[in-house]
Amino acid sequence: MLKQIEGSHAVAEVVSYCRPNVISAYPITPQTHIVEELASIVGRGDLDAEFVNVESEFSAASVVLGASAAGARAYTATTSQGLMLMSEVIYCIAGMRLPIVLTCANRAISAPLSIWNDQQDSMAVRDAGWIQLHAEDNQEASDLHIQAFKIAEQTFLPTMVCMDGFILTHAFEPVDIPEQKEVDAFLPAFKPKHIVDPRWPRGIGLFADPRFYMETRYILHRALEKSQEVIKEVSADFAKVFGRESGGFIKTYKLKEADLVIVSMGSVVGTIKELIDKLEEEGKKVGLLQICSYRPFPRKEVYNALKDKTNITVLEKCISLGRGGILASDIRWSFPRAEKKERNISSFVAGLGGRNISIDDLRYMVEKVEKEPVEFGFLGLRKELIAEKDM
Amino acid sequence: MTEKSRYLEGVEKKDLFAHGHRACGGCGQALAARLVHDAAGENTIACVATGCLEVFSSPYPDPSWRIPFLHSLFENSAAVASGVEAAYKALGKGPVNIIAQGGDGSTADIGFQSISGMFERGHNVLYVCYDNEAYMNTGVQRSSFTPYGARTTTTPTGNRTRKKNLPMIAADHGIPYVATATVDDFRDLQQKVKKALSIEGPKYIHILAPCPLGWGHHGELTVQVCRLAKDTGLFPIFEIVDGKLTNVRKIPVKVPVEEYLKLQGRFKHLFKRGVPAKEVAEIQEIANENIERFNL
Repeated sequence: MLKQIEGSHAVAEVVSYCRPNVISAYPITPQTHIVEELASIVGRGDLDAEFVNVESEFSAASVVLGASAAGARAYTATTSQGLMLMSEVIYCIAGMRLPIVLTCANRAISAPLSIWNDQQDSMAVRDAGWIQLHAEDNQEASDLHIQAFKIAEQTFLPTMVCMDGFILTHAFEPVDIPEQKEVDAFLPAFKPKHIVDPRWPRGIGLFADPRFYMETRYILHRALEKSQEVIKEVSADFAKVFGRESGGFIKTYKLKEADLVIVSMGSVVGTIKELIDKLEEEGKKVGLLQICSYRPFPRKEVYNALKDKTNITVLEKCISLGRGGILASDIRWSFPRAEKKERNISSFVAGLGGRNISIDDLRYMVEKVEKEPVEFGFLGLRKELIAEKDM
Repeated sequence: MTEKSRYLEGVEKKDLFAHGHRACGGCGQALAARLVHDAAGENTIACVATGCLEVFSSPYPDPSWRIPFLHSLFENSAAVASGVEAAYKALGKGPVNIIAQGGDGSTADIGFQSISGMFERGHNVLYVCYDNEAYMNTGVQRSSFTPYGARTTTTPTGNRTRKKNLPMIAADHGIPYVATATVDDFRDLQQKVKKALSIEGPKYIHILAPCPLGWGHHGELTVQVCRLAKDTGLFPIFEIVDGKLTNVRKIPVKVPVEEYLKLQGRFKHLFKRGVPAKEVAEIQEIANENIERFNL
């Protein structure tokens, strides 16, 4: 049913239809509205789940770890510092192959403290062994949660749904919220593989000496690579059942004819599409490649989409300090070394700590890379605030 | 009846924490873990923190556990156990005994917050702390349970602070059951585990578990060291049931702390050329305070 609803509440409602048995969370802006709404859904008896209010994100992640190891479908949500505090558990959850679903309401990381949106937080745990799916809008954010439980439980890989903090979590948009029975038909009950249960005593979380450790990492890496099949299947199934495209690996917009391609992910693609339309009226052919599944990284799909393109610019809300663009590195890596084709791949960081990315910023980027490629640059930087010696 | 059989009378022995683990000879923690889980029985889930117990009992592919064993990190066994309990509730499974456990470092230092959270939220979980008074797994570094005067690798001239009093802190959370025990009295330890598990809600048992390697006593003296810890007043034995101190163990014949300290290499520096340093008197003062406070 189409509802005018806040992003966080849409996600909470959809998560409740996924029937998690255990929810544990610690409040942090801008994740709060999601867990508040879930608490009230549980509180009024619309969802039969244990809601565990913990004393930190570290414990929230640990509680869902324990719950999942005991056979429960478990869910948590966090952002920024919360995800940083969880990070030790985040790695552990993946290593233990526990199919937990987490919503990351993407936010900047301290210092300085900033409650506003960028994507540095989920990027900081991109190597942990989780599937990471990025939502463009609140419809996709809601839809991705239904898919996330299915993908996680088929692959035994934890899955993080990333949605931009405030820009999505606090935005009211019309969202088509499915009914409970539709979600039930799409998402089967969780069938855990290994659980702690005195009827079948087993050890979960044994340590591995150098004879065994590396194989566990190999298997986890391969599992992530192989999960691409499941992500593809689940998003195709979703489209069939619910009648709209959500998720998958990549999405494109006016890419085929484009002379210049902008690559990005998350909510900023809406602004990018608007610019593309404007530029089209002005006679410029610019296209978009949007990454939805950031981990596993859809290298093949990216390559196929971009193989004939020579001018590419990557726009991202995160930075590897001392190195540059993170998504840009992934994109540059997507082209085989043996391929002799000359390509200009520019890299821009924008929107850190909630700095607005305007159409004019994007237009500036396009005009700049049309002249010459930019190895790495900041977009929308207020140079007047920076001392000469710090430039 | 021989002394040995009297000693073992009524003691549960099920080998749920099985032999073949890799603990040092005379390890107080291995003994404690065996007693705890044999008392708890088969219908038990062990949520174990990283540390000696985890390392000597759970190398892949040879764990020593005949009950379900769950380990993830150093500082979260209480939170993981909370999650297991929540799952059992949500799935309508159980009843089951859930025992979260760890050494003094994972309990009193790095995992302190997660334990406090578990107590405060009222999970039906027993937390067992195996207290060997330092970070033994990493090579005997000081923890907040390291007693005054003890030498560790990070307090080479002797620890300058007093031991954190976790049993009282646990009791102040308002949890229904807190107890202390040592590995020299098998029956008492096991009765406390059984009693704890019969009570709904969070429970805390603090077990003194000497470490021959870190304390510098001979492995065969582990039990003797425990007795002296009790009889000097340095480790009071009691229960706190619903906030009320009860079943305090009276010391039959009070022993000067010197006798306890002299058995252990970690206090050797306090007896240079046979003369007790001023710290010995200070440690005696701590024992005296305990004797008075708990009416030992």
